[in-house]
Amino acid sequence: MADMHAHSVRFVRETMLPQAEPPTTERGIVKWMRENLFSTIPNGILTLAALWCIWWLISSVLPWFANGIWDAPSIRACREILEGQVGGCFAVLTERWNQLLFGFQYPSELYWRPSLAFLLLFIAIAPVLFRKRFPAQMLVFTAIYPFLAYWLTWGGSILVPVFAALGFVAGYMVYSRLVAQSFAMGFFGGILAALVFWWVIGIVPTEGIIALEPVASRNLGGFMLNLILGTVCVSLSIPFGIALALGRQSDMPAIKWICIIFIEFVRGVPLITLLFVANVVLAYFLPPGTNFDLILRVIIMITMFASAYIAEVIRGGLAALPKGQYEAGDSLGLDYAQSMRLIILPQALKISIPGIVNVAVGLFKDTTLVSIISMFDLVGMIRGPILASTEWNGVYWELLGFAALLFFVVCFGISKYSQWLEQELSTDRR
Amino acid sequence: MKKTVFLGALTVAGLAAGAASAQTLNDVQDRGTLNCGVTTGLVGFAAPDANGEWDGFDVAVCRAVAAAVLQDPTAVEFVPTTGKTRFTALSSGEIDMLARNTTWTFTRDNDLNFEFVGINYYDGQGFMVPKALGVSSATELAGATVCIQTGTTTELNLADYFRRNNMEYTPVPIETNAEAQQQYLAGACDVYTTDASGLAATRAAFENPGDHVVLPEIISKEPLGPLVRHGDNEWGDIVRWTLNALIAAEEYGITSTNLDEMAQNGGPEVKRILGTEGNLGEMIGLDAEWARRAIGAGGNYGELFARHIGESTPIGLSRGLNAQWTDGGLLYAPPFR
Repeated sequence: MADMHAHSVRFVRETMLPQAEPPTTERGIVKWMRENLFSTIPNGILTLAALWCIWWLISSVLPWFANGIWDAPSIRACREILEGQVGGCFAVLTERWNQLLFGFQYPSELYWRPSLAFLLLFIAIAPVLFRKRFPAQMLVFTAIYPFLAYWLTWGGSILVPVFAALGFVAGYMVYSRLVAQSFAMGFFGGILAALVFWWVIGIVPTEGIIALEPVASRNLGGFMLNLILGTVCVSLSIPFGIALALGRQSDMPAIKWICIIFIEFVRGVPLITLLFVANVVLAYFLPPGTNFDLILRVIIMITMFASAYIAEVIRGGLAALPKGQYEAGDSLGLDYAQSMRLIILPQALKISIPGIVNVAVGLFKDTTLVSIISMFDLVGMIRGPILASTEWNGVYWELLGFAALLFFVVCFGISKYSQWLEQELSTDRR
Repeated sequence: MKKTVFLGALTVAGLAAGAASAQTLNDVQDRGTLNCGVTTGLVGFAAPDANGEWDGFDVAVCRAVAAAVLQDPTAVEFVPTTGKTRFTALSSGEIDMLARNTTWTFTRDNDLNFEFVGINYYDGQGFMVPKALGVSSATELAGATVCIQTGTTTELNLADYFRRNNMEYTPVPIETNAEAQQQYLAGACDVYTTDASGLAATRAAFENPGDHVVLPEIISKEPLGPLVRHGDNEWGDIVRWTLNALIAAEEYGITSTNLDEMAQNGGPEVKRILGTEGNLGEMIGLDAEWARRAIGAGGNYGELFARHIGESTPIGLSRGLNAQWTDGGLLYAPPFR
């Protein structure tokens, strides 16, 4: 064959060319940069501007971190050590970290108790947050956890949280006995039974029986207070919010109007006003000497506030469901409670997740507002005692940066979890 | 109907509060602790230290009263209050006395039904300028930009002062002292004005305090003192005379270290104060040594001043108006006889 075509074909390649590298402009980092960073002239300018910004940020922040002083008795000592150089005075964090986390009045030898409660929190919420990954038996611990955490944080006799828990058990038993006749009867019977139980058991003296050293509410503070308010109020406001959202759609005028008035009133009032009511106005109405726990008052107010917002978020989810879903429930012969529990709410809540998380994150950050009614949460600790001490007056960036970091970690975690949950639950529209 | 219930509740609450307040001394002694309202934190005047112990110039008044009434300067439950919650805390009975750098004014005394028992610090609004500005008197501040906290009496005082002196100024409104510090240092305003003690504390926090001066002019009166509820004069007298004892102790040279010696060898008035002569303690329902314990709690007025806000501290306030009347100041305790 080769001979035949030898004079008609000028050139025949007999061997394969060795593979050559693509031109430098078409490969590797250069290609990537040409495509992504400098594809057009405006993009190139933007890239350069962004690089300059990053360099400027790093070059000004890095020395601040690198020269940071971690061990000094006061801001003046920090400045002496720095001798005019740029540097953060992080010594305030090493000296006052315990006050930032626990408040300045929590006894230091008892720090392990709230810390343990915090660690157990993860075990308690794990089966709720990751239902498929953890055995359902762990939910028993979740049910015990609120009482255990209360006991660890506030101390006192173990009988107090045990009796509180038994009250709930008594209420539930009456409820399950009566619910077969009617839901309302079971519900109110349950509440009544719990109240009666607490009233009767209140006579039993609890002092000193398996007691931890008690810590008064006003001695709680720091980031611990933010976490307590955040977790308690979020977890309470979701069930209340669901109840309010369903109540608002109810056909019974009394319930419907109570829910509407509550929601619209609470949404129409700033949280700070409610906190002032909790702190200041209630003090006038209660007889002098009554010590209706301030944290409890604040928890009630924040929960009211958050549940009104969550109710509206969930109402949005309920409204987004096609009418067919409601009719499907009816046509299957389910009663109201069943159709809500089995058909409507699982779908409505799934739609509402981003909104609920939004409220939860906002609420968690709003807990810093309690510093205005002289509670020493993280921000209250910084603005009050620490910045007012002669040693640390004038340290702003380090303290507020630390607070921002703590809040960011928690809020970012919540937000990541909600994204994961949305994916996990997305059974349609893939 | 609702209104009646509401008013009824108010009346009951008011009556109960009134009935309780007529016997504050008994309440405090039964309870074993003094509930004392303080700030949530003000440099030099009240702040908890690294161990969580409250300390400061206002705090010392609480401790002195606790020492006089309860024999124990540490038997104080400090209730931190903000500018917004302090008066309700006092009138609702949550606290027995308020020592929270509160200015004595007509309306607070009469309209809010409180009883100011004395003055433990004479403050007044002043000006701070950078040294580089070359200003030595507030009358040279014509045309200046002034950082001023909005919604305070200082704002009104400033306007009055500049109008009186026919000067113009540009206000830079700010919210908090922390913000003021940043704005002033960043050069957003030439002058920062607030209470003189606040200026001194702010200046102490600067990197180079020497580059800034507090001008000599004081343009308002801010007498700060402890207060109690109206209507319980016995309790008011105890707090008033505890404060007077601290002030008189400095005048007569009684310090926390020479108490025993003075009780034996002092003049007649010193002996009356310290309870070795006469029965002054009995007259206000306490024992003979009440003032001795009050002074022993932290020292006399001068010692407290020097330890918390005086010239040897970073705040570095001079005595000024707060010197004894014998040294040209305004401190003047009525005679103990």
